[in-house]
Amino acid sequence: MSQSDVPIIAARQVSKAYAGAVALRDVSIEVWAGQVSCVLGDNGAGKSTLIKILAGVHRPTAGQLLLDGRPVDFDGPRAALEVGVATVYQDLAMVPLMPVWRNFFLGRELTVGRGPARRLNRSGMRAIVRQQLSQIGIELRDVDQPIGTLSGGERQSVAIARAIHFGARALILDEPTAALGVKQSEVVLKYIRRARDEGLGVVFITHNPNHAYPVGDHFLVLNHGQAQGYYAKAELSLPDLAAMMAGDPVDLS
Amino acid sequence: MAAHRPPPALAALIARPETGALIATGLVMAFFGLASQAFFTVAGAGVWLESASTYGIMAVAVALLMIGGEFDLSAGVMTGFTALTVGVLATHFGVDIRLAAGLALILALAVGALNGFLVIRTGLPSFIVTLATFFVLQGVDLAVTKLILGQVTVQGLSKVPNYDSIQPIFGSQLQLGQGHFYVSVLWWALCTVAAVWLLNHTRPGNWVYAVGGAPLAARQVGVPVRATKVVLFMGTALAGWLVGMISLFRTSTVQATTGVGQEFIYIICAVVGGCLLTGGFGSVVGASLGALIYGMTFQGITFAQWDTNWLMAFLGVMLLGAVFVNHWIRLRVAPT
Repeated sequence: MSQSDVPIIAARQVSKAYAGAVALRDVSIEVWAGQVSCVLGDNGAGKSTLIKILAGVHRPTAGQLLLDGRPVDFDGPRAALEVGVATVYQDLAMVPLMPVWRNFFLGRELTVGRGPARRLNRSGMRAIVRQQLSQIGIELRDVDQPIGTLSGGERQSVAIARAIHFGARALILDEPTAALGVKQSEVVLKYIRRARDEGLGVVFITHNPNHAYPVGDHFLVLNHGQAQGYYAKAELSLPDLAAMMAGDPVDLS
Repeated sequence: MAAHRPPPALAALIARPETGALIATGLVMAFFGLASQAFFTVAGAGVWLESASTYGIMAVAVALLMIGGEFDLSAGVMTGFTALTVGVLATHFGVDIRLAAGLALILALAVGALNGFLVIRTGLPSFIVTLATFFVLQGVDLAVTKLILGQVTVQGLSKVPNYDSIQPIFGSQLQLGQGHFYVSVLWWALCTVAAVWLLNHTRPGNWVYAVGGAPLAARQVGVPVRATKVVLFMGTALAGWLVGMISLFRTSTVQATTGVGQEFIYIICAVVGGCLLTGGFGSVVGASLGALIYGMTFQGITFAQWDTNWLMAFLGVMLLGAVFVNHWIRLRVAPT
C-alpha cells in the first residue's frame, strides 16, 4: 500500500445544499496518515456539514470523495466505519451510568461459548480496556466505575481509544475540546498527537485556533460554507490563523 | 467536573446498586425476629417466603424493564388477566386446561408486545401507554368474566380434566417440619438467576442498560433499541402470566379483580432494590431483595399482631428512603 502517497480520505470540491440553501460550496480537504487536518470556523460556517459528508451521514450534492485515492460513495455512516473512517461526535455515544468497559464495547461486545451458554467475555473486555486506557495515560482504579465519573477530557479520550481499537484509520473529531477547560483540553490534544504518531489520519474540528495550531499540520478555514483558505502549517502563524478566524484580512505574503 | 468525582468507597457503593436493599433486608429481618416469636420458625419462613415469591418474580421482570428505561403499569392486572383466561376457557368452554394455559401465555406475550410497540412507535411515556392497557385489561377482566360466567369469580376449576397434570408445576408445596414451602419460591429463585444471567452476562443485557441509560447513544453504536424494549415489555407480561398461573393453581380459583393495585408494589420493590426511575441503572438481585422485604414486612406485621394497615405506611417510607438514596447516586454519577 502506498499509503503515504495518497490521502486516506479526501474531499474534492464538495458542495452540499439543503432544500436549496447552500451549506457548503466547493470545499476540499485531505486527511493524511500521521497528520492532523484542522477544520476551523465559526458556528454555521459549514464544519458539521463537511464532517457529515466525510463520515457518510450526508452525500455531497456536488464534488467527490476519495478513499485511498479512489472515488468512493458512502451510503451511510456504517459504510464509512467499515473502511476505517470513524467519527467521534460531541455527545460521544456513551451511557454515563454504565461501567467504562461496558461502554467501550457497547454494540460490539466480546463473547465466549455458544448457544444458551454464550456469554460476555467480561474478564477479556476488562483487560483490553485497562490496557487501552493505560496506553493513553488514563489509569483507572476500576474499569467498572460508571463512565460518567470520568472527567470530560478522559471520556473524550476513551471515545477516541474506542474508535481506534475498532479499526479506525481516519478519525474525525467533532469539537472534542469545545466543552472542556484548559487542563482537560490539554489531555485531549495530547491524545490527538498520540493518535497522529500512531499513523492515524485525524480531522480535528474546532473553533479555537489556540487548540488547532499546536497539533495541526493543515488548516482549513471555513466561512459561510466556503473555504477561506487551506494552508500547511509552514504557511501561517498562530496570529494569522486567529486573525483569519476573526474575519480580519490576513496578508500571508 | 473533576470535583464531582466520588471517592473510591462511594464508587464501590455505586457499582452495587443492591447494597441498600441488602442492609434493609437485614434490618427488617432482625426487627421482626425480635418482634415476633413465629417469624424465625420454619413455619414462619414458609409463610413469608411464599408471600415474597410472587412479588419477587414480578419485581425481577419489572426491574429489567425499568433498567431499560420503561414502566409497565399493566403488570399487576396481567396476573389476573391470564388466570381468568385459563379459568374461563377451562371451566366454561371446556378447553383443555393445559391448552388454556398455553393460550393465556400467547395472549400475555401479545399484550406485552403491543405495549412495547405502542411505546416505541408513538414515543409516548410508557407510564401513560401502560396505564391505558391497565385500565383496558381491568375493564375486560370484570366485564367479560361477568358476561360469560354471570359472576366475578371462577369456580370449579379443580374439577376440570387434566387439572392435576398441570397443578403441581405452579401450585405444589413441600412440607418440612411445620413449614409449607411452595414451588413458587423455586420459580422466584429461577427467575432471579435467569435475569441476573441475562442482564450481566449476555450481550442483550448490555443493551438493556444502554437503552435505558442513553437510547440515542445506544442507537449510534448499533444497539437494536426498539427490539430490546419490546422484548422487555414481553418479559413483564411473561412474568405476569407465571404469577397468574401460580395464584390460580395454588387456590384453584381467581377473582376478576386479581392483581389490580399490585403494579406499584412491583415498582417499589425494584426501586428499593436500586433501580433508578430514569432507567439505565439497577439490580435484579436488589429487586428480589425488595420483594423479600415486602414479604417479610407483610407477614411480619401479621405475626406481631399489629394492624396490617401499617404495611402501606411502611412501604411509603421505604420508597421515599430508596428514592432519596438513588437520587443522590444519580447526581454523583451523572451531574447534568
